[in-house]
Amino acid sequence: MTATGPATVPVTAALALGDDALVISHRLGEWAGHAPVLEEEVALANIALDLLGQARVLLSLAGDEDELAYLREERAFRNLQLVEQPNGDFAHTIARQLYFSTYQQLLYDELATGTGPFAPLAAKAVKEVVYHRDHAEQWTLRLGDGTETSHERMQRACDVLWRFTGEMFQPVEGLDADLPALETRWLESVTDVLGRAGLTVPEGPRTGAWSAGAGRQGVHTEPFGRMLAEMQHLHRSHPGASW
Amino acid sequence: MVTTTALEAELLELAGAVPDPELPVLTLRELGVLRAVHVHGTDSVEVDLTPTYTGCPAIEAMSLDIEQVLRAHGMREVTVRTVLTPAWSTDDITPEGREKLREFGIAPPRVRQEIGPVPLTLGPTRTQDTQSGTEPVRCPHCGSAGTELLSRFSSTACKALRRCLACREPFDHFKEL
Repeated sequence: MTATGPATVPVTAALALGDDALVISHRLGEWAGHAPVLEEEVALANIALDLLGQARVLLSLAGDEDELAYLREERAFRNLQLVEQPNGDFAHTIARQLYFSTYQQLLYDELATGTGPFAPLAAKAVKEVVYHRDHAEQWTLRLGDGTETSHERMQRACDVLWRFTGEMFQPVEGLDADLPALETRWLESVTDVLGRAGLTVPEGPRTGAWSAGAGRQGVHTEPFGRMLAEMQHLHRSHPGASW
Repeated sequence: MVTTTALEAELLELAGAVPDPELPVLTLRELGVLRAVHVHGTDSVEVDLTPTYTGCPAIEAMSLDIEQVLRAHGMREVTVRTVLTPAWSTDDITPEGREKLREFGIAPPRVRQEIGPVPLTLGPTRTQDTQSGTEPVRCPHCGSAGTELLSRFSSTACKALRRCLACREPFDHFKEL
């Protein structure tokens, strides 16, 4: 897919945003055939498809989309550690979606109002992301305010993923956004949703010594290598294969 | 000011008459995704197409169909460009297009209330989403305004699944974007 834009594209930022979208899209795609109900199967696949479309535009700004997706090694990926976390149970996937789509909506909303190279994509994608965030929010309310088991699982998922949420607001070269302001709004929004869901806002650091800012620097968590192996296997075994 | 030649207008009409690959009741013109046609020389043409959703897989089929139609009309070189700006909105679907969707059994999108991204307001859990001031989504089968949301995502990303509380039929709703 070709995207028209200004000639000067900050490659680091394009990779960071493109890899976020690509990796979380792949994770959501892993639910195909495993989702709790048919409607969710379809919903998660549709969200994954939106994100894949965004990834294609962003990676095409940085270079050849297929080469970037299929032929880079783990250390060359610039995505957040949050998005590479395994799906876990449905509550984990929803918590990851809530944290990420809230961030993505705030970020794209800001980028869309600017004149930078990401403005055209951000203006288009933010309208899609609004639906992703709404989906995550409604499920957070339903699970948090549901049965004892759903509440407990949703709380556990929010707690476990909390330490990956600080990285979203680390500066990225070439990303022209007021990240500290976004972080304040992100915290307000997530605190509000968790509160209405009867969940407790997790305590503890939002980055760990071993995870702080690492995904953006190419340092990833263990499950990511296995995910990439599966994602890249076909292309590496059959170079240039197409449907 | 962009001027359109008679040939460009003719080609725009031809490309615009191509049916949407997923919703064949609509043409690309009615869907509002065809932005412009530029002719270079006598038989080279560039077509600007915008995707409904960023990841919409139909765009590739649309491009191929346009290429085929324009080649059959004597164009030697056809290039279909994907343009993102201005972002497509469901408001770009023509009135005839909305009517055809309804006849096809899909509730058409409502006219969007505001321009630009929806602000960060956190609404209550809803199934019967009749927020005050919002026009209801009507059942395309019986016309009832009493309908409820079953799933925010349906057979494609651009549709939601709803159910009519009057005739009990489930139906797709083309979501506002």
